[in-house]
Amino acid sequence: MEEPKIGVFVCHCGINIGGVVNVPEVVEYAKTLPNVAWAEGNLYTCSEAGLSSIRDSIKKNGLNRVVVASCTPRTHEPLFRATCEDAGLNKYLFEMANIREQCSWVHSHEHEEATAKAKDVVRMAVARAKWLEPQDEPEVDVSDSAMVIGGGISGLTTAVSLANQGFKVHLIEKDAQLGGLTRRLGKIYPTLQDSSEILDPLIRTATSNENIQIYTSAALKDVSGYVGNFKVALTKGKEDVKLDVGTIVLASGALNYEPPKGSFQYGVLDKVVTQLQLEEMLAQGKLTEPERVLMIQCVGARTGEVWTYELSDMSKSFAARLLSKILGAKKEEGWPYCSKICCMNAIKNAIRIKELWPKAHVDVLFSDLRTYKEYEDFYRRARALEVKFIRYIREIPPDIAEAPGKKVRVTAYDTLAGVETEFLCDLVVLSTPLCPSKEDVMLARMLKVPLGPDGFFMEAHPKLRPVDCQSDGIFLAGTACGPKDIPESIISAQAAAARASILMGNKRLKTEALTADVNPDLCIGCGLCEELCPYGAHKIESGKSKTIAALCRGCGVCAADCPRRAITMRHYSDRQILAQVEAMMAK
Amino acid sequence: MNEAESATSTENAEKALGAGFDPRILVFTCNWCSYAGADLAGTSRLQYPPNARIIRTMCSGRIEPTFVLEALRDGADGVIVTGCHPGDCHYVKGNFRAEKRFNFLKTALKQLGVEEDRVRLAWISAGEGEKFSLLIKDMIDKVRELGPNPFKST
Repeated sequence: MEEPKIGVFVCHCGINIGGVVNVPEVVEYAKTLPNVAWAEGNLYTCSEAGLSSIRDSIKKNGLNRVVVASCTPRTHEPLFRATCEDAGLNKYLFEMANIREQCSWVHSHEHEEATAKAKDVVRMAVARAKWLEPQDEPEVDVSDSAMVIGGGISGLTTAVSLANQGFKVHLIEKDAQLGGLTRRLGKIYPTLQDSSEILDPLIRTATSNENIQIYTSAALKDVSGYVGNFKVALTKGKEDVKLDVGTIVLASGALNYEPPKGSFQYGVLDKVVTQLQLEEMLAQGKLTEPERVLMIQCVGARTGEVWTYELSDMSKSFAARLLSKILGAKKEEGWPYCSKICCMNAIKNAIRIKELWPKAHVDVLFSDLRTYKEYEDFYRRARALEVKFIRYIREIPPDIAEAPGKKVRVTAYDTLAGVETEFLCDLVVLSTPLCPSKEDVMLARMLKVPLGPDGFFMEAHPKLRPVDCQSDGIFLAGTACGPKDIPESIISAQAAAARASILMGNKRLKTEALTADVNPDLCIGCGLCEELCPYGAHKIESGKSKTIAALCRGCGVCAADCPRRAITMRHYSDRQILAQVEAMMAK
Repeated sequence: MNEAESATSTENAEKALGAGFDPRILVFTCNWCSYAGADLAGTSRLQYPPNARIIRTMCSGRIEPTFVLEALRDGADGVIVTGCHPGDCHYVKGNFRAEKRFNFLKTALKQLGVEEDRVRLAWISAGEGEKFSLLIKDMIDKVRELGPNPFKST
C-alpha cells in the first residue's frame, strides 16, 4: 500500500459549526495527526470554493485520502465523493467526520467540550481513512418500469408523468375506484371548481395511456429486491400478480382525522360533522338552508402529545407505538402538528354556504388562522361575504349541547369581545387534520422505509431531498409524507416522477462497492455465510464460499459471523472499524 | 475483600463521584436507522452531553463482540450497539444477528466480571431523534454510577 497522505478539510458551515466548535483549533490539531499531509478550514466546504480547494489540494499536495469534517454523510457524502473523483481520486478514499448533526448542533452551549469532541471525531475519521482502499463499483440493470402505490391525485399525476416519458407504470389502488381523498371533496379551493373537473380528465388520461397498468381493489403482499430490481407481489381481487419494477413511488395519501366519539359531541349529536362530511352533504344536496353554521378549527390538530419517550418504552418498537396511536386515536386527543389545509378548507366551505344561502350565518371559531400565500385574499373574500371569524382559546374549549328545535347550542369564549357568547346552530362543522393511517405502518415495514415523528413517511432530507426516501429507488408523492393541498401534492408528484425517471432513464446503475470478499485460503466451507445471507449472495462451491457481488447488499452479517474470519467487508473491514475504536480512546 | 482491595474500590467510588470522571461512551450505529436518528437529534437541536462518539456501519449485524471488547479494553467506559427496530432492518434480519451476538457478549462479559450495564443494545429508528438523545443521557448516568472502566489495559 502506498504511504497514506491524508487531507483534512474542516467546515465552519457558517456559524452552524464555527459558532460552537473552534474550527481553527481543530485544523491545527488535525495537522498533528499521523499521515495527515494537509489540513485547512473552509467557510463552507460544500461551496464551489471549498470543493475546488479539495480538488486543488489533492493535486498540489499529492493527497491520496480525503477527510471532510462537516455535516452528515447521509446528505453530503455523494457530493464530496464526486469531487474526489473529479480530481482523479477513487471515491472510496473519502471519509467524512460528522461534526454538525452529531456535535455542534447537539452541544450548542458547550464550546470547549464540542471542540474536544470534534477533534476526537476527526482523529477517528483520519484513523479510518488511513486504511481505506479504492473500490470498483458493480453495475446493475435498472428495470424501466415503476410501481406507483396509491391512485389518488398524486399517484395519478406521477403515473401519467412517468408514462409520458415512456416508462411502464403499474398503478396500485386499494379501493375499487381511483381518485383518493380528492374524489370525496366536492369543490376545491381557491378556484371553487368541482374536484371532478381536475380529477376526471386525469383519470381518463391515466386509463387510456397504454403505458399505465391500473390495479384497483389491489393489496400489496410483499416487496423485496433493491433499487432497479424490486420484486413485488400483490393481489387484485383474488388474482395473484407478480411485478418486477425499477422504482417505487409511494403516493398512499393520508386520512382525514375523525374525532373520538363524544369529543365536541361528535358521533353523539348528528348535527356535529367533520368538514369532509360537510363536503359530501353539499355534494349530495343533503344540506337544506341553515340559519347558522358554526365551524370549529384545529379539532384534533396542534394538540395531543408530541412524541416523548419514556425509558421504559425503549424496547417497544416505533412502529408498534405508532400503530397503537393510530388505532387508539379514537380515545386520544389528536395529532400534534398543523395540518395546514384546514383553514382554507373551512373558508372554502363557508364561502360555498354563503353563496348558496346568502342569509345563512356562518361563524368560524379559530385559535389561529393561517391563510398563507395567496389564500389571504380567500380569507378577505369570506369576510366580504360576512363570514364571522371568532377567536377562541384552546384552554377554554367551546361547550356544545343539544338545543330545542333540532338545534345545537355552542357556548364559546370570544377573546375579542371578552365575553362568553352563545350560538344557536343548525350545523357544527369540525375542521380536522390529515393524519397517517395504519396502512402506512404496514407499507413502511414492507418497504423498509422510515416514518417520521409525525407518523407520515419521512423524506431523506427535509430540505435537500424532499421527495426521496432514505432507501434508494423509493420516492414520496403527495400527502403520504405530510399534509398538503392539491397544488402541493401535484408538485411533489411531478418531482417524484422526475426523480424516479432519472434512475430509470440511465438504464444502468452503479451500486455501492460495499460487498463481501471471501479469502479462499482461510475459508473452510462451513456454509454459515450461505445460511445467514438474506440475499443468497454466498454459495459454497467445491468446499469454498463464493460471493455473488451483484446480489450482495453489504450488510456484513457474514463477515461478523464467519468463524474463520475469512470474509472482509469492502469499505467496512475489521481493520477500518477497529482503527476507529482505537482512535476514539487514543489522546 | 482484603484491605487493599477495599481501598481501591473506595478510591474508585470516590473517583466516580468526583467531578473528575467524564465517561467515554462509544456508540455503534447502523447507517439506515440509528445513525439517521442521531442526525435527527441534531437537526432537532436536542441537546445531550458530549460524552459519546459514534461509529457508523451499514448494519448492526456487522458489529462483532470483539469490536465491543476492544473498545472496553481501550478504555471506553460504556458501549452502545444500536440498530433498526426488529422487523425494520434494511437488510431484513441483520439486527436479529446483532441481538444474538449481543446476548452472547453479555454472557462473556459476565464471566469476565464486567458490569452488565457498561454495554447496551438499543433500537433507534430514523424518526427517533429524541429517543437517541435520551438513550445517550441515560447511558452516561448509568456509567457514571458504575465509575471508570477498570478493565482498561494499561
